[in-house]
Amino acid sequence: MSENETEEPSGPRRVIGTPSSAPAALDRVAGAPAGSEPPDAVALLPVNPENMVRAKRYERVIAALFVLAALAGCGFIAAYVGLEVGGGRLPHGANVVDATFRSNLALGLSLAIALLALGTGSILWVRHLTPNIETVEHRHDMRSPKEDRAKFEQFFAKGAAVSQVTRRPLLRRTMLLATAPLALAPLVLLRDLGPLPGTSLRHTVWRKGLRMVTYGGNRPLRPADISTPGEMITVIPEGYQDNLDALAKAGVILIKFAPGELDIPTVYNGSTQLYGMNWTVDNIVAYSKICTHVGCPVALYEQTTHHILCPCHQSTFDAAHGANVIFGPAARPLPQLPMTVDSDGYLVAASDFTQPVGPSFWERG
Amino acid sequence: MSQDVIPRRSDDTVRIPSRLRGAGGWLDDRFHGARGVRVLMRKVFPDHWSFMLGEIALWSFVILLLTGTWLALFFVPSMGDVVYHGSYAKLDGITMSQAYESTLRISFDIRGGLLIRQIHHWAADLFMVAITAHMLRVFFTGAYRKPREVNWLIGIVLFTLGMLEGLFGYSLPDDQLSGAGLRIFEGVLQGIPIVGTYLAFFLFGGPYPGTSIVPRMYIIHVLLIPGLILALVTAHLFIMFHQKHTQMPGKGNTEKNVTGQPFWPYFLLKGQAWFFFIFGALVVLATFAQINPIWLYGPYTPLAISSASQPDWYMGLLEGALRIMPAWEINFLGHTLSLSVLIPFAVPLGIIFTGAALWPFFEQWATGDKSEHHINDRPRNAPVRTGTGVAAICFYGILWAEGANDVIAYNFQIPLYTITWIARIAIIVVPIGAYFVTKRICLGLQRRDAELLTHGVEIGIIRQLPSGEFIEESRPLTDEERGVVDSKKVPAALPAPNQPDENGVPAPGSRGVKGWARGVANRAFTETVVPEAHGNGHGNGHAVEGGEHAAVGGGAGAARVESGPREEH
Repeated sequence: MSENETEEPSGPRRVIGTPSSAPAALDRVAGAPAGSEPPDAVALLPVNPENMVRAKRYERVIAALFVLAALAGCGFIAAYVGLEVGGGRLPHGANVVDATFRSNLALGLSLAIALLALGTGSILWVRHLTPNIETVEHRHDMRSPKEDRAKFEQFFAKGAAVSQVTRRPLLRRTMLLATAPLALAPLVLLRDLGPLPGTSLRHTVWRKGLRMVTYGGNRPLRPADISTPGEMITVIPEGYQDNLDALAKAGVILIKFAPGELDIPTVYNGSTQLYGMNWTVDNIVAYSKICTHVGCPVALYEQTTHHILCPCHQSTFDAAHGANVIFGPAARPLPQLPMTVDSDGYLVAASDFTQPVGPSFWERG
Repeated sequence: MSQDVIPRRSDDTVRIPSRLRGAGGWLDDRFHGARGVRVLMRKVFPDHWSFMLGEIALWSFVILLLTGTWLALFFVPSMGDVVYHGSYAKLDGITMSQAYESTLRISFDIRGGLLIRQIHHWAADLFMVAITAHMLRVFFTGAYRKPREVNWLIGIVLFTLGMLEGLFGYSLPDDQLSGAGLRIFEGVLQGIPIVGTYLAFFLFGGPYPGTSIVPRMYIIHVLLIPGLILALVTAHLFIMFHQKHTQMPGKGNTEKNVTGQPFWPYFLLKGQAWFFFIFGALVVLATFAQINPIWLYGPYTPLAISSASQPDWYMGLLEGALRIMPAWEINFLGHTLSLSVLIPFAVPLGIIFTGAALWPFFEQWATGDKSEHHINDRPRNAPVRTGTGVAAICFYGILWAEGANDVIAYNFQIPLYTITWIARIAIIVVPIGAYFVTKRICLGLQRRDAELLTHGVEIGIIRQLPSGEFIEESRPLTDEERGVVDSKKVPAALPAPNQPDENGVPAPGSRGVKGWARGVANRAFTETVVPEAHGNGHGNGHAVEGGEHAAVGGGAGAARVESGPREEH
C-alpha cells in the first residue's frame, strides 16, 4: 500500500493556481535539440508500470467496475423485457403513469450505472495504470514561409491569366450576370410557403348576431348567467370551437362589473368607433383575449383592481377604463368587441372588432 | 525520475498480434497511412480542466444525435387532428394534433420512450450550458486571439444555431407550454419592420397557428440545423486540430511548443471516460429529474395558458428582454414600428453576439498586437477583457433573471413591477459597475503577483532579529509557480494620438477621432501593474497608481500601475 503512493512532492506549500506535481517531462529529460522533431514520448515509456503491486490492485478495481457495467447492461435489457408500459399490454385497470415511471426508473438506473461504471473504470485506468507523462510538440507559425506564399501567388496568378478571366472582362461580367437570377431562384421558390397576409390580420370571424359561447362548454350565455361582479369568462364565436386559426384571433373575455364601476370613454379613430359604453350589456364588457404585445392569451384578472394581466410578459390592462395599458411592454389597449343581445336574450357580437386584434405588425398603421 | 525514461531492452519489442498486423497492412496498402496516422496518434493534447468544457458540448451533441434519431422513429410531425384514446386516461376523448398524440405515445406506450425523451431534452440543455461555459473560458483566457479568430466566429454561429435548434425542438410536441412559446415567436416575427408579417405568414403557411409549422420545424430541427451544426463542429475541430490547442501558462510552456499528453493512448482513454461520464450524468438526470412532462400541459390551444410559463433556459434572455421593455411603439405614415418587440428581439442578442464577434478584432486594433498567441492569458492579466466579460455576464444574467420575474416575485414576495423596475435600472448600471470593479480586482491580483515575484511566498514564520526587529520569512517561487505567475504579457503601448513622430507628422493611425478613440482604448488595454526591479527587497506591495502617477500610500513600491505610452529613457 505504502511505497511510492504519494506523488505530491513534500516541499513547500503550493501557490493557488499553479500546477501541482510536475509529471515526468520525457522529452525534456531526453533533451531534444531545438528545431528537431521531439522523440516519441510513448515509444520511450516502459511497458510495465513502476509499481506492479499497485497496478494489480487497480486492475482488480477496474475489472470489477467493468463487470458491474456488464451486469447493469444486462439489467437494462431485463428491465426492457420485464417491465411493461402502456400500449394495451398492461393488465386492465393498471395505472399507466406508475408503470411508465417504474420502467423509467429501472431502465434509467441500470443504464446510468453501466455508463458511470464504464467511465470510472476508464479514468482509473488512465490515471493509475499508465505513467503520468508530459510530452512536447513543436509549434510553428501558421503563416507560410515567404517563398511558399510567393510560389502560390505566382501559380494562382498564372492560372488566372491562362484562363483569360483577368483579360476578358466581358466573359467575367456575363458569367456573373448568368449566376445572378439563379441565386434568386431559391428565394422565389419559397414564395408559395404561405399566402400573402392581405387584410386577414384585420378581421376575425366575429360578425353581427354571432353568439358568444363558453370556451370548453360551447354554451350560449344570457347576461344573467354572468351576474357576479368581478367574474371573468372566456367566450368564443359559436361553431368555431375546433378552428384554432379562428380562435387564435377571436378569443374574447367577458368581465362583469358592479353598477357604476365600468367607465369606458368613447374613442374614435376617424369615423370608426373603437371603444364605448354603448358596446357593453348590463355592465358586461367584451375585450379581445389576445395580448397586443406578442399574442399570448391574457388570462389573469384581479377583481379588486380590475387589472387584466398577461402571464407571458406581464402587460397589464385596466379593464374598467377601456383596457388601457398600465404596465408592461404592450403598447395598445385590448380591442373591445361590440356586444348586444339577440332576440332570444343571448349575448352576441354587434359586429367584428373595429381594429386589428393581437400583436402589432408593420402594415397595421 | 530520469531513470524512468531510459528504455529497457525488453520493453522495446512489443508484439502486435499477427491478425491486427494483417489488417493494418491491408489498410496501409490502400491508404498509405503508417506515417500520417502515427503522427495523429502522437498528437499532443494539453491538459486542463477547462479544456473539457467544449468536449461536454461535443459529447452532448453526439448523444442528441443518437437519441434524436430514435425519437424520430416514433414521432409524427403532423398537426392533423386526432381524438385521443391512448393509455393516458386523463386526456381520453380530447382532440389533439398527431404531434402531441405521438409524443404521448412515446412517453407512455413505448418502452424507454420517456427515458430517451428526457435524455434528449436534458442533453439539449447541457449542450447549451457547455457551449456557454466553453465560450466564456475561451473569452476570459484570450484563446480567441490570432490565429484562432475564425474558430471563435464559428463558435458564435454554433451557439446561435443551438438556440434555434432548441426552440424548434421543444416546440415540436405541440403541447400547451411550447405552443405559448411559438405564439410569442410568431408575434415577434410580426414585429419585424417591413417584412415581418410576410415572414410570419410564409413560415406558418398562413394565419397563426395553421397546420404547417410543426412539419416545417421538424425538417429544420432534424435535418437542416443539425446538418449545419455537424458541418461547423467538424470545421471547428479540424481547425483546432490543425492550429494545435492553446495551453495554459506554466514552466516550459512557450509560444513555440505544445505540452501535454499524446492522443494514443492517453487522450483516447480520457475522452472515452468523459463521454461515459456525460452520458451517465444525463441518464441520471433523465431518471430522477423530470423534464417537460407534456402530458400535464395538455394539447395546444391558443386561448389557454398557465402562469409562470418559462422557456428552456437558453431562451430566458429573450423572454426577459421582452418583459423588461417599456411600451414603446411608433406609428407613422400608416405603419407601425413595434419597438417593444423589436428591441428585445434584436438588441440584447445583437450586443452579445456582435460584440463577441467583433471583440478579437477590436482588441487587435486597440493594442496593435498582430502576433500569434498560443499561451492563454490568466484573466487577471487582461483587465479590460475580463471586465468586459464580467459586464457581459451581468447584462445576460439580469435579462435572464428578469425572464423569470414572476417566479422571483412569487418566491421572494417582491411586487412584480418592482422587480421589473429594478431590472430596468440594473441592466444599465450593473454591467458598467461590474466592469470597473472587475478591472480593479484584476489589477489588485496583478499587484499580488508582483509581490510574489519580488518577495516570494510568505511561509508563516516570523523571526525576531537580535535587534528586536520582527521580519516575516518568505521563500522564492518555485520554477513551476514562477512559470504561471510570471506569464503576463502586456501589449506594447501605441504612440499617443495626434503626436508627431520622428518624421514630424502624426502616424496615420493616430489622427483624428479614430486616432483619439484608439488612444483611449490603448491606454485602457495597457494599464498594468509592473513589478519593480527589486528595490530594497522589503517593499510592502503598495503601488503607484494610474497613468497620472499619483502615489497611493507610502513605502517602497514593489509594483506600479502603468498605462499609456511609456516614456523612453
